[in-house]
Amino acid sequence: MSDKTYDTPNLDELESGPWPSFVTGMKRQAQDKPMLAGVLGQLEQSYTDRKGYWKGGTIGVYGYGGGIIPRFTELKDEQDNPHFPEAQEFHTMRIIPPAGMHYSTALLRDICDIWERHGSGLIALHGQTGDIMLQGITADSVQACFDELNEYGLDLGGAGPAVRTGMSCVGAARCEHSCCNEQKIHRMLVNNFLDDMHRPSLPYKFKFKVSGCANDCMNSIERSDFAVIGTWRDEIQVDQAAVQDFVRRKGRKHTIDNVVTRCPSGSLSLNDDDTLEIDNRSCVRCMHCINVMTEALAPGEDRGVTILVGGKRTLRIGDLFGTVVVPFLPLRSEQDYQRILEIAQEIVEFFAENALEHERVGEMIERIGLAEFLEAIGLEADPNMLKEPRSISYVRTDDWDEEAERWYRRQQMASEQAS
Amino acid sequence: MAEAQATQKPRSPIESGTPDPFRHLHPTLRRNFGLWRSHDRPRPGVLHHTSHTGEEVWTVRVGTQRQMDLATVRSLCDIADEYADGYLRFTIRSNAEITVDDEAKLQPLIDALQRAGFPIGGTGPSVTMISHTQGWLHCDIPATDASGVVKALMDELHEEFIQERMPNRVHITTSCCQINCGGQGDIAINIQHTKPPKIQHDLVAHVCERPSVVARCPVAAIRPAVVNGQPSLEVDESKCVACGACYPPCPPMQINDPEHSKIAIWVGGNHANARGVPTFHKLAVAGLPNNPPRWPEVAEHVKRILYTYRDNARDYERVGEWIERIGWKRFFELTGLPFTKHHIENWKGSRYKLNTSAHLRF
Repeated sequence: MSDKTYDTPNLDELESGPWPSFVTGMKRQAQDKPMLAGVLGQLEQSYTDRKGYWKGGTIGVYGYGGGIIPRFTELKDEQDNPHFPEAQEFHTMRIIPPAGMHYSTALLRDICDIWERHGSGLIALHGQTGDIMLQGITADSVQACFDELNEYGLDLGGAGPAVRTGMSCVGAARCEHSCCNEQKIHRMLVNNFLDDMHRPSLPYKFKFKVSGCANDCMNSIERSDFAVIGTWRDEIQVDQAAVQDFVRRKGRKHTIDNVVTRCPSGSLSLNDDDTLEIDNRSCVRCMHCINVMTEALAPGEDRGVTILVGGKRTLRIGDLFGTVVVPFLPLRSEQDYQRILEIAQEIVEFFAENALEHERVGEMIERIGLAEFLEAIGLEADPNMLKEPRSISYVRTDDWDEEAERWYRRQQMASEQAS
Repeated sequence: MAEAQATQKPRSPIESGTPDPFRHLHPTLRRNFGLWRSHDRPRPGVLHHTSHTGEEVWTVRVGTQRQMDLATVRSLCDIADEYADGYLRFTIRSNAEITVDDEAKLQPLIDALQRAGFPIGGTGPSVTMISHTQGWLHCDIPATDASGVVKALMDELHEEFIQERMPNRVHITTSCCQINCGGQGDIAINIQHTKPPKIQHDLVAHVCERPSVVARCPVAAIRPAVVNGQPSLEVDESKCVACGACYPPCPPMQINDPEHSKIAIWVGGNHANARGVPTFHKLAVAGLPNNPPRWPEVAEHVKRILYTYRDNARDYERVGEWIERIGWKRFFELTGLPFTKHHIENWKGSRYKLNTSAHLRF
């Protein structure tokens, strides 16, 4: 190790301006941690050449097959000597934060102290999958660092074709829109798939995200394979006096323009006495009116979750949203919460056995069709899973009568359960 | 002897998974778990929550650089200990949130954070922190940087972070390759490669599992070939869409190019279900240069789109909703961006994006 610093004229440009500068932070840290001086040197080279210079590899801890992201420098001379010897290795450890990313300062300080002993001191809070990313450690320090973090109560997250670290919103801890115990669902799901997280052997990655309402602050529909979203089945709770107060403060035009006509299902109407009329049977639970009139409106009391499966970004067949596979699962008991886990287990198992290599669950469903997938998982088809029924007649309907009978039986069972 | 062996045996991991956040919650949040009634924003960057129990909390949202040194993290902890109650959390967009249970603590906390150089904001109809990835700092496949782009842009958009003067919230994302780890955004700034990969044929056979590389290509443009007597891969350049999907499994298929890896800006992505359903972002403009250290052309275009949105959208309209109302023709007119044949989707299943009606705007 040397205590050399490198000229970084490009990066120095990123030290001015009002936003906190990662360059200033890294330079400060580089005084104690030469690795970061080398990393800054290499980054400056990237800024000059407009090229990246890290390559991957394989590094792990005893007992696990993932969770460390290895990075070795590619900037070497003909004799294989690195240009920036301090930064020959710059590996990342993905650490799972508490659900909802809540920290006591004691926890955060302890993570800092452990990381200071073993690594570069650079921390990203957080990665896009939701990990604490401890950035910059050498291969021979990884095991000792992990052991200390692990004894303390922290665990490695996922990488590669594995169940990944999950995410859940602030939820019931500090949000009035919360329709479920987000962190409980988050931990129940992820912590029951730790074998699939730590020993990557799925066709490809599998992500769980939990949002407590349709605002979907965790981007779960677009960014997770298994999205759990809190919702309700009964009527929006209305405090009509608070509605009248809102109209008095904001004005009738404001209320009509920003609440009533913004309802996507046309379910709202402002009465002559400035109370709100809601057609709850048409309401799609989008959250807009509740967001705007947080004092007056609240989700209903019969709460549960919607599950959507298959969201992902571009690779390989193009972007996919998650699509509804469970319109509503009531959450009244511990058993109801367990039902979410059972569905997840069915889906991960089917995915593991049937997806092609490097195929996400959404792509697999696209390939085999939703109807086939539902049959395999044991979930019943429901109109809420579609925008509209098929328009193309190319389908075999030999078993129409049996399928119709199945629908009527389910309707009858539902009405018996309800009464 | 047995003892010595035992100490040498590697330690088995404790598979504890996701930690329980409960003991890291502010005590008032713990007491009022699931009991919150409503919230308001007394000023930009501050959320005020009221519980059904009558208890209240104030939360200050703080911009960070995401990639933090220990002194920065410890300084947040010091402030949270001295001016607040010793608890904080992070949002999905790398903002820190420090909660206090007494309104009297609010201003001293804000003052301390501002003295330490942390911007306060990112709430309500503002431009919040840009979600981003690793880039040249740590990724093995990036065509550009992440933290640097974000630092440069947030310097430009700082006023929009600390004030709430947009029609609705604006989520910006950046991505350093077309995998798009930054995700969907009201405005998404993504690398767009413009040339097929350059293949180092002497390395392919040693480094790449050729069948799986062939399988990765979304347009079946890659096929096995023998080049200079060695097994390699070749790309049908007329089919290649320059997505870079072959590069991660096969680094000798170099897709990144200092000149030809350009930057594209996409608009109208939205993850919320409020009002409309979630939407993917759509191409606004491509061909911008990858120009470190401050990417001025990108900043100029982002601001042009952002302020056109601010000046023309109605309250609560997100970028995508605004464009849906006024139409794409008007969007290109108002922003002065060119409309090209590349805006027309030709991916499978894309016919639903064409106009099949007589609904037109002039």
